[in-house]
Amino acid sequence: MLRNLLISLLLLSFVYIFYNLYVGFTPKTELDGIAAHYADKGAAEIGAANLVTAVVVTYRGFDTLGEVTILFLTASIIGFFLKLTEADENKVIIHRGTSELLATSSNLLVPIIILFGIYVFMNGHLTPGGGFQGGAIIASAIALAILANPNMHINHQIILWVESISGVVFVLMGVLGILLAGGFLDNRILPQGQFGTLLSAGAIPIIYSFIGLKVGAEISNILEKYQKSQKES
Amino acid sequence: MIYILIASFIGLLSFVIGALAIQSKKLSVAVIATGVVSLFSSILFLLMAAPDVAMTEASIGSGLTTLIYFYVLNKIKKHHA
Repeated sequence: MLRNLLISLLLLSFVYIFYNLYVGFTPKTELDGIAAHYADKGAAEIGAANLVTAVVVTYRGFDTLGEVTILFLTASIIGFFLKLTEADENKVIIHRGTSELLATSSNLLVPIIILFGIYVFMNGHLTPGGGFQGGAIIASAIALAILANPNMHINHQIILWVESISGVVFVLMGVLGILLAGGFLDNRILPQGQFGTLLSAGAIPIIYSFIGLKVGAEISNILEKYQKSQKES
Repeated sequence: MIYILIASFIGLLSFVIGALAIQSKKLSVAVIATGVVSLFSSILFLLMAAPDVAMTEASIGSGLTTLIYFYVLNKIKKHHA
């Protein structure tokens, strides 16, 4: 009784808060402050056709570094708490077997999905999406492969090296920005190039490709750990 | 106008499926329902002109999270059986 009363009280207070937010909301008709600066000068300063990427990788590049670090920490903590041992390596997952349809279609689809992920993070400065999205798409291809073949062996060494190297390159590009251009993660260490082409926007395609590889490797690492935790006998 | 109609329909549908996720007795149904809510919210993000958020939501929210939930569910069942 008391519990239901408290729940309804909480819901009512949420309704009150959101109603006040809704009533007090007046949409802005024009941008002001820093948003106006991004919208007006972003294309000229950064040279990226996708303004979101210009903000995420260059203006707010330090936040992106923080996000990648949080993802790395998540993967490490999951590995720490799952307590996988060497003895688990030789065990197999007992399952009911996958359907023929899933096995065949995953053979066809996995390379295409990985290619799409690479497309998304390489064209991050031109089309919607970028490093995080591309990496997540690559990891979902790995997830599909695991679904089709639950005992699939994922090479841990490759994941480890890809993740480490791309993390180091990401930070090195940022430090190069301090030395050669305006500041940490400045993209003007490379020529801006023709606006709207693949090799434009300075260092953004390179930085975003490495972010994509790092995110893809980290999420695949999490998947690999969970897959190993299912092994028995 | 048609966008508002579609968006409100999808919002209502995801509200219903979210309630199903809370109320259902079987955990596997609840996990699938949360995945479907993520999928619907990714369509909502697309309608609100945020394709990059939609991509992340579709791949992480409805793809990877559902898989990880099922792995954990399997592990818990083995421990309690």
